Amino acid sequence: MADDYPKVDRVMGGPAGWISIAFPAVLFLYFLGLLPQIVTGPQVHGIDWVPSLGIRLSVLLDGLSMTFALLITGIGTAVTLYSARYLGQHPDYPRFVCYLLMFMVGMLGLVLADNMISLFVFWEVTTIASYLLIGFNADSAKSRRSALQALLLTGTGGLVMLGGMIILGNVAGTFELSQILEMGDMVRAHPWYMGILLLFLAGAFTKSAQVPFHFWLPNAMAAPTPVSAYLHSATMVKAGVYLMARMNPALGSTEAWFWILTIFGGITAVLASVMALRQTDIKQTLAYTTLMALGSLTMFIGAGTHYAIVAAMTFLVVHSLYKAALFLMIGIVDHATGTRDATMLRGLRKAMPLTGLAAALAAVSMAGIPPMVGFVGKEFMYKAGLGLDGFGAIWVTAMIFAASAMMFVTGGIVALKPFAGDLAETPTPAHEGPWPMLAGPLVLGGLSLFFGLVPGVLGHYLVGPATHAVEGEVHEVHLYLWGGVNTALILSLLTFLAGWLLYRSHESIRARLIAFEARSPIDFDAGWDRLLDGFKAVAGWQTRLIQTGSLQRYMAVTFASFVVLVGGTYLVKGAFGAGLGLTTASVHPVQWTVLALIAVGSILVVWTHSRMTAVAAMGVVGIGVSLIFIMFSAPDVAITQLLVEVLVVVLVSLAMLRLPYLPRRSKASFRPGHALIAGGVGVVTTFLTISVLGSPFDRRLTTFFEAASYPEAHGRNIVNVILVDFRALDTFGEITVVAMAALAALALLRGTAPRKEEN
Amino acid sequence: MELLLAITIGIVVATSVYLMLDRNALRFLFGLVLLSNAVNLIIFAGGRLTVGAPPLIPDGAYAPVGVVANALPQALVLTAIVIGFGLLAFTLALVYRTFMTLGTVNSDEMRIAEPRDKRELDTGRLGMGKADPEHPATGQEAGI
Repeated sequence: MADDYPKVDRVMGGPAGWISIAFPAVLFLYFLGLLPQIVTGPQVHGIDWVPSLGIRLSVLLDGLSMTFALLITGIGTAVTLYSARYLGQHPDYPRFVCYLLMFMVGMLGLVLADNMISLFVFWEVTTIASYLLIGFNADSAKSRRSALQALLLTGTGGLVMLGGMIILGNVAGTFELSQILEMGDMVRAHPWYMGILLLFLAGAFTKSAQVPFHFWLPNAMAAPTPVSAYLHSATMVKAGVYLMARMNPALGSTEAWFWILTIFGGITAVLASVMALRQTDIKQTLAYTTLMALGSLTMFIGAGTHYAIVAAMTFLVVHSLYKAALFLMIGIVDHATGTRDATMLRGLRKAMPLTGLAAALAAVSMAGIPPMVGFVGKEFMYKAGLGLDGFGAIWVTAMIFAASAMMFVTGGIVALKPFAGDLAETPTPAHEGPWPMLAGPLVLGGLSLFFGLVPGVLGHYLVGPATHAVEGEVHEVHLYLWGGVNTALILSLLTFLAGWLLYRSHESIRARLIAFEARSPIDFDAGWDRLLDGFKAVAGWQTRLIQTGSLQRYMAVTFASFVVLVGGTYLVKGAFGAGLGLTTASVHPVQWTVLALIAVGSILVVWTHSRMTAVAAMGVVGIGVSLIFIMFSAPDVAITQLLVEVLVVVLVSLAMLRLPYLPRRSKASFRPGHALIAGGVGVVTTFLTISVLGSPFDRRLTTFFEAASYPEAHGRNIVNVILVDFRALDTFGEITVVAMAALAALALLRGTAPRKEEN
Repeated sequence: MELLLAITIGIVVATSVYLMLDRNALRFLFGLVLLSNAVNLIIFAGGRLTVGAPPLIPDGAYAPVGVVANALPQALVLTAIVIGFGLLAFTLALVYRTFMTLGTVNSDEMRIAEPRDKRELDTGRLGMGKADPEHPATGQEAGI
């Protein structure tokens, strides 16, 4: 993390910093106080949020959500304390704190929500907060790209998951998780089970960065180090794991669940372990080990046996403790030496003894060496793997063996190598970090040791209740450090041996991996860019197809849609019967003449290529219309129509003086397609008018106006009374429209007066 | 009468739509005028046709005597006529100004906002005031 920003003088981040530290600390103590109640059984509280949609703001507090809540607030306290010192003098620190607290609230809401829809809302809150935090260094293009990638990928996954939630909610008849989780057998037997499962897993796999969606997580390391420690190792990326664990009683224990989760989880774990070895930046190394942890957790939740769930829940806590500590440690090293390059860091133990201690505690736990809690976790993972049947046992055990050996190696690379040996030259001389930054890693490392020595506490208060929640039934959980000499222990020893051998030669392995990667055609990150470019290309193609820029085309589409939609509705609804009573009997010859005048006039407007003929023909149509108004008892309308018609002819004629002639008519100027559309609109309009006129008429409104016109408004001309009294506001609006049109026309015509002759 | 009126309205609508689909903005304008006439007729006819009984209240009476024409659609059509006129006047000014500025009334040639390709942007197809107000009928005359 570069220090090249103008520093603002703040003590521990100023008020923003103090609030950000107090908030998670108080919540942590609050949840800790609730812990003894949760050990005995889950609790559900809630209030209605959107009752009409069955959305409740309800809280489900059981062992699983409690474990997460304690991790979120506990590690949150360490991280905010650390950030106050690490970023406290950054000009944008208050903004950073806002994002971080927003994330914290979102994450807590996510793990505590009992309603699936509110779970989804909080899920997306964490996505957005993560986007803002990854892109915190907004002037770096790389940060922005990584932030957008994480947002698009996890956001899309979240939306897909929402689809699964809605289907599940409809299948179960409720959105309350506490009720759905008790309907597991019904959900699993439902024909839509497979769809629900895949939609849910799309959300979980993107959020928890499982192959093939894994590439966003290493890129997310563009975020400031405390963010990487908090969001992208300890909490947010575990939201997917949380979701799978949470849904296990409803969706788990099927063949599909077992194989999808164990295969994808296993591949993620091993691929990530290998990729971790390839990195030189130790922050990137840690990012890949996080992927490995997420893969293992997915695999064990998929395996679903009692031991597997215990292993998953134990490893969940174990991993959060050591990984957050290691990330924070790396931030201190980076801060103190100016580099994160594993090949440059050597012999820091004298200059940074406390950092070294924290690193050692965490790394030993990661490597799974006794007496750390990491060893307990690994033992249970082996036990769980060996307890499976058939191919599953071989697959899971092999994957865990490979991943654990790699963890051993990475533990050495990130925590042993930088501190052992002789002090090497670094960009800035190494020095010990300040206490607020050391406190977190030391406490977390200390907890790794504490839980390793007394695993019973961890088992009783956290892992036990969490396992109950995931399994949906109560089993006694007993964690222990020493289980006697058994297959798991022998596998552990073999792991250490393999790890040690790999560590000895990790530099040449890294060189080979880098060379291999350069030749490998598979690159997910570049594939992502191609995908986005593809989207842009499709969007461009589609825009060029639809938005041609031709007014004619738009009009044609609009009119054609009218014909298809209105005409289609007409056909489908069978509305022809309405106008059958109408006849042409008793039509007066004058009426015939007027109608013929209108029809011929409008056809003439189309036919002629002379502007003046067209204007005259328009006048004929207008006068014909006003004659109809006169014939059918509307003298006011007829007068207005006549006046306006005269004005139109005058205005258009005036404009003609300076507008071009119409193009000469030719064979090419007839447009059959347009004629078809125009004919269609005409026919549909005629049929609509006929069916309107043939339908029964409701005269209530008119009766009201007739009765009220004189007594209430003292007017004898009912039309006028309606205009200036009952609908006066409409008339006012009409006047406004005309005034606006006049003003706009004035603005348009300004400066277009004919130029005077120069001489 | 209603049947014939409906057919006449259909003819006016069809001709106006055909005119509005023309590239030439003047013909579009003609279509607009015809269309508002047709729509006014539809609204008017929708209130049913009554011969020889305007909606008036005779002196000394408190309500119309006997069945009179429907007053409501008449009021609506009055409003519509005036607003239609406002629209027409504005559109006419727009067409006029467009011709003065761009030198064309062909909607396909008005491409300042969406040039056909980037070259148009670069090679000054955007040159304003290309019109020659002294000879407005450039190259498309067909006689009166």
